[in-house]
Amino acid sequence: MVSRRPSPYPYWFVLPAAVIFVTLFLVPTITSFWFSMTRWDLFKADFIGLDNYRQFFKEPFLIQGLRNTLIYAFITSGAKTVLGLLLAVLLTSGIWMQGFLRSVVFFPVLVSTIGIGIAFSALMHPTRGVINLGLATLGIEGPSWLSDPALALYSVAFIDIWKGVGLATLIYIAGLAAISPEYYEASRIDGATRMQQFWRVTVPLVRPATVTVVTLSLIGGLRSFDIIWATTRGGPGFSSDVLASVIYKQYQAGFYGLATAGNVILFALIAIIILPLTLWFNRNEVDV
Amino acid sequence: MNPRHIRQRNIGLIALGFALVIFIMPFAYIFLMAVKTKQEAALFLFNWPSHWQLWANLVDVVQTRNYMLLLAYFNSTIITVGAVSLLVMFGAMVGYVLQRRPSGWNRLIYACILIGLMVPPAVVPTIWVLQGLGLFKTIYGMILIQVAYGLAFSVLLFRSFIGTIPRDLDEAAIIDGAKPWQIFYRVILPLLKPVTVTLIVVQAIAIFNDFTNPLYYLPGKENVTVQLTLFNFQSQFQSQYNLLFMNILLVTIPPLLVFIFFNRQIVAGMTAGAVKG
Repeated sequence: MVSRRPSPYPYWFVLPAAVIFVTLFLVPTITSFWFSMTRWDLFKADFIGLDNYRQFFKEPFLIQGLRNTLIYAFITSGAKTVLGLLLAVLLTSGIWMQGFLRSVVFFPVLVSTIGIGIAFSALMHPTRGVINLGLATLGIEGPSWLSDPALALYSVAFIDIWKGVGLATLIYIAGLAAISPEYYEASRIDGATRMQQFWRVTVPLVRPATVTVVTLSLIGGLRSFDIIWATTRGGPGFSSDVLASVIYKQYQAGFYGLATAGNVILFALIAIIILPLTLWFNRNEVDV
Repeated sequence: MNPRHIRQRNIGLIALGFALVIFIMPFAYIFLMAVKTKQEAALFLFNWPSHWQLWANLVDVVQTRNYMLLLAYFNSTIITVGAVSLLVMFGAMVGYVLQRRPSGWNRLIYACILIGLMVPPAVVPTIWVLQGLGLFKTIYGMILIQVAYGLAFSVLLFRSFIGTIPRDLDEAAIIDGAKPWQIFYRVILPLLKPVTVTLIVVQAIAIFNDFTNPLYYLPGKENVTVQLTLFNFQSQFQSQYNLLFMNILLVTIPPLLVFIFFNRQIVAGMTAGAVKG
């Protein structure tokens, strides 16, 4: 064969990134399936079959962690999507101080989650916290946001929504900007009300942004750890434990095999939820 | 003023009112708590401090545990700068080949990107790999971890931007006899400046704010990072909320400065992928 000139885009450009990604991401991910079936102390791994998984689905607090993960992910993702779209519509309607308001809504996204968690722990203090003192002036007796087992998970979800809604809003603002004003004009001439415009023009045409917001916030919600760790550490009891905090607790206790099984379950959960969702989003794609 | 303007002003004012209570109040609270005395901060109230001791609290926090916060800022800065530099370099190289050279390998690369964006890292096996390489509990290990976790986003961002750079530039450089590395380094890389700034800002904030990964992969007092100081002080400052909130204030200032100066780039980075294209 005649020797060809080498491509100006050599494959070795990919090499440094590939080496790092394969060793520190792919190898741990692939070996995790094996380690999740062992009793493991980092040096010696004894194969014990599916015992770790069996234990995971037998212990009530581990099952609760699984259920909490789902509740938490769907609440935060749903709220971020709906509130994000509404805020984006409001913040593109030409109201006063629009630019400033966008910045205010977005800024919490950039701030340390641990810092926000600690600040809200103080704000949500049952007797001295600002939130309950504020409610008291309205004649409402505020609950124990973070120390009531029935409420703790939802309070943490609220903090997460507060911190993350700005990102959803930002993505929706970019999505709204890509909709041609002609659609609104045409629908106005046809006599559509503002409500009809929102449902028939905005919602369908802002779909790429919706896909991004739902996917990002669901993955983030399912993996959520630091905000929970900074506020309740999964407590009281195990009432606000999610998979990621369960994994950390098992790791701290030295149950490396069990922690890794938790990791595999989290991976499976994300795959089971996100893959069909992505397929569904792609299949129903409308070309406009 | 016509009715439309009046309406927009009124809605703006109402929105501002809500924003003040919901979004600005918590930050004002952090600031006020940070400048109070120990006794006053323990009351958790949202009020004006009777004694204003911003400087004293600042000095106290910085001196705590033998200047731990300074060490943490030093460590966090090294990790952030190191990881972001590698992410820019390696991410651009992959994005360049991926965009310019269509081949069967690309499907594999896209599969890796999807995995990198979606799959939660397997924590304990990662520690096992790091230990095998002698990188566990080292700053280098932490940098490489942040690179591994940030690559997928970085490659995607560069790939789509490189698509807007005409191939004619590469061809011209080839005709001039430039080597592949020279084309990339001298011709392409300088043109990537806008997207590079975006990537630097977005990744720097993410890595600086990261808590979970240093918690797992970088234990040890001498390896402390900024977010972990908050966590460590949470138990130590149980009775000194003014210092705890001063610490929160100090870790909030860097993102605030970045936000003020790089607002546009942050928005570009965070909304990449929101619009079909």
